[in-house]
Amino acid sequence: MSLLAVEDLHVWFDLPHGGRLHAVQGVDFGVDAGERLGLVGESGCGKTTALLALMGLLPPSAEVDGRVVVDGQEILRGGEDSMRPRRWTDVAMIFQGAMNAFNPVKTVGAQIVEPMEFHGIASGSEAKTRAGELLNLVGIPPAAAERYPHEFSGGMRQRAAIAMALACDPKVLLADEPTTALDVMVQAQILQLLVSLTHDLGLAVILVTHDLPLVTQVCDRAVVMYAGRIAEAGPVDTLFHDPRHPYTRLLFEATPDLTGDVEVVSIPGAPPRLDRELVGCPFEPRCDRAFDPCKVTTPALIPVAANHRAACHLNDDRAAVS
Amino acid sequence: MSAVVGERLLDVHDLVVRYPIRRGLLGAIRREPRRHVSAVDGVSLSVGPGEMLAVVGESGCGKTSTAQAILRMVESESGTIEVQGRDVTHLGASDLRPIRRSMQMVYQDPYESLDPRFRVRRAIEEPMVIHGIGGSAAARERLVLEALERVDLSPPDLFVDRYPHELSGGQRQRVAIAASLVLDPKLLLADEPVSMLDVSVRAGILTLLDRLRREGDMGVLMITHDLSTAAHFADRIAVMYLGRIVEEGPARQVIRDPLHPYTKALLSVVPKRDPRDRSEPQILRGETPNPIDLPSGCRFHPRCPVAEDRCRTIDPELHAPGDGGGEHRAACVLV
Amino acid sequence: MKSVEPALAEDTALEAKPSAGGNPVWLVLKERRSALLGLFIVAFFVLLALVGPTLAPYSPTVPSGPVYAPPSAQHLLGTDGSGVDVLSEMMYGGRTSLIVGFAAALVAMIVGGGIGLTAGYAGGGTDVALMRITDYFLVIPDLVLMIVVATVFGPSLSHVILVIGLLLWTTTARIVRAQVKSVRERVYVRRARSLGASHRRIVFQHILPQVAPLLIATTVLTIAYAIFDESALAFLGVGVPGVSWGTMLEHAFERTAMTEGAWWAFVPPGLAIGLVVVGCYLMGQAIEDALNPRLRVAHLSIHSWRIRRRPTADLEPVEGTA
Repeated sequence: MSLLAVEDLHVWFDLPHGGRLHAVQGVDFGVDAGERLGLVGESGCGKTTALLALMGLLPPSAEVDGRVVVDGQEILRGGEDSMRPRRWTDVAMIFQGAMNAFNPVKTVGAQIVEPMEFHGIASGSEAKTRAGELLNLVGIPPAAAERYPHEFSGGMRQRAAIAMALACDPKVLLADEPTTALDVMVQAQILQLLVSLTHDLGLAVILVTHDLPLVTQVCDRAVVMYAGRIAEAGPVDTLFHDPRHPYTRLLFEATPDLTGDVEVVSIPGAPPRLDRELVGCPFEPRCDRAFDPCKVTTPALIPVAANHRAACHLNDDRAAVS
Repeated sequence: MSAVVGERLLDVHDLVVRYPIRRGLLGAIRREPRRHVSAVDGVSLSVGPGEMLAVVGESGCGKTSTAQAILRMVESESGTIEVQGRDVTHLGASDLRPIRRSMQMVYQDPYESLDPRFRVRRAIEEPMVIHGIGGSAAARERLVLEALERVDLSPPDLFVDRYPHELSGGQRQRVAIAASLVLDPKLLLADEPVSMLDVSVRAGILTLLDRLRREGDMGVLMITHDLSTAAHFADRIAVMYLGRIVEEGPARQVIRDPLHPYTKALLSVVPKRDPRDRSEPQILRGETPNPIDLPSGCRFHPRCPVAEDRCRTIDPELHAPGDGGGEHRAACVLV
Repeated sequence: MKSVEPALAEDTALEAKPSAGGNPVWLVLKERRSALLGLFIVAFFVLLALVGPTLAPYSPTVPSGPVYAPPSAQHLLGTDGSGVDVLSEMMYGGRTSLIVGFAAALVAMIVGGGIGLTAGYAGGGTDVALMRITDYFLVIPDLVLMIVVATVFGPSLSHVILVIGLLLWTTTARIVRAQVKSVRERVYVRRARSLGASHRRIVFQHILPQVAPLLIATTVLTIAYAIFDESALAFLGVGVPGVSWGTMLEHAFERTAMTEGAWWAFVPPGLAIGLVVVGCYLMGQAIEDALNPRLRVAHLSIHSWRIRRRPTADLEPVEGTA
């Protein structure tokens, strides 16, 4: 059993002008202690929504279904009441742009102390000491706790945001595009930090990004999402060298590489709208290998090898042939 | 060397851009000297017809200020900017207008660079109206449709009547490029043209820019923080650090055989696509220092992994290794 | 080389905002009940002011019955302290009140809009100077100055309009300036500037249309203030000569309608002023709300996301998930 397991997760949003948007359509994945899982896909594929569902932080217009199991306990079906005590203490999140979300008039240390006091983890001088330790852990001198966010550089603020997420000693850390606004060098520093946190604390990390190379360099396994579903999931090495879903292959082909030898090609078209029922494979209109069944039946996510799942009719075919 | 020698489209010499720092009331009363940030500190570069130069660097390295100065959106402190052999550094507003026609800018954020109230037609027409070209309304309409075709938004009829919010990010960026193309520019400045776009459409925009420069002999100056993009699409790469170009040369040589320790470090931290290619990144400590208090000597020495004592005092110039005749140059005493 | 994202990308409305096409002001009125109610109230009184005088049963100045006659078939709203028909007074008086309200708001819009636009667009010294002037106007006690000016220059329709208008433009100027400052820095404005577009073109093609809805919203709110101010001036006896809702109140007050128990002499004008003010306020507020999404705090609401109710599955014994 994984440390964190998501089973058949669905999220719907009520649209302001009527109708519903099925943002996450039956997603399952798990992550173990000390493991780093990547969640990749184009914008609007439901990756951030899935994370927010794990945190129980969706807006009132959202309806959720499925199971989220942390350490053997189901926490989703009890709604906000069962989520609240788990939030930050079991599952914590670094939001996109978290580095810009500090209160400018409070010291960084005071803001790291806040969630601890909130959850009764520590208070007073104990909490202060712990805030210093956390800053030290993310590579900031503890004395900097007395300083204000504007005195920090972008990279330091992002480190502090990670320290804040770690304040209540979570088991799982969700990171939503933690390096998008950062320079490559600072990005490398932050990624190195995330890796060392999984080693040192046994933390499970889920990294959400649209940047595939980040995932292949940092994560052990990855889940490729498309149109609210999982297109393919498996070890990053397999995904790159033996992709079993055309979307995965095309995403890699669209990403420039330093070697500059292979032609980069964009994927034609755009993801489908999720406010209507989809017929067939959601990727069919953009796929370069689509054939008849793709128009009619939605491919199921099936194992194609050990630890490797894909939702593509090409695999049915192979199975039939072999 | 490329076949087209002769006239360079853009020639920048020793460009310096400085921004004053606000002193505050107390500072003004105490008559403290006005301090400046040297955003660009002696940059020279040139772009020829059909050539793509990528200016690469981290935020704050001065790459955007360089482009702004070339467009004359900010004034340069010193140095010269020559466009097609003509010095435009100090041209007045009216003399600048025809020059502006020949230099067009593609901005980073396609969600911001189009007026949300303008339909695609009007957005592409506007530059023609401003410059009083394109002839009759019918002729302009034809040019608008042609421009849409050139940026692969076809059939154009499907797009002319749309508002920006009815387009995807990639399509908006194409419309923005089309709006530049109607003026038939000789030089295109692209400031991070794909960093706000989804991975799946980035390649399309870059391929488009690549095709346009090859077809139309248009020069492209692309500003980017992404070395992979530069490696793929540029002919030459200039790496900037703290207002200076620290390395410059043919793209392939800069990527395969970097000379400057900064370029080497930058290249080592670019995430590779292949998971088996997990080389040990050479992570520099700290972040780019504040350009107000520049380090002495080589401005990279405080973070440089191979700095020597002389780096504290010697401010190295761009030079080619060996006999000094090569195109691949770096500003490092160790080269 | 593959062609990129052509006609296919039509399906890309996922990210599109629901409706930004039409005139936002109209969309707001359509969507919000309170705004529609406000529009209805204001429209009713405008119509009354336009056609009222032709329908008025009696003269608004010449007595047509006994003093303080209660409402009856002849005098639907009774008569006032001089025996003048209240209904006729209301119909004629509405004209004055609304003309002053609308005209003064127009003056405020032109002056405030012009100053705000100039200050925001020009920036630098011009901005500082204009805003300093605005600040001075802002701190002048309105009513006192209005009384002084109206007394010195003598009460006339145009004087009252100018006095009120010249006191109410400050808010408009500040709001417009702030908006212009932000629009001016938008990339598409910078782009137009780098293309060599004239200031005139930038202001009228790019900036003003973007500021217009906000300008309309503040102007609608200003109408409410102007009508209120006009009544106050009239009540103090320095208003527009002739009949207005304000002078009706003044007369009622002077001729002790209150102690006479003649409520019909002061309730109708008071109510009319109140209603028009509320109507303008409702409209202006709704437009402002719609333009400033930050005022909407759906995400901070106490309601949370919902868990999907499973009609039967929950009642049946849950099968163990492997």
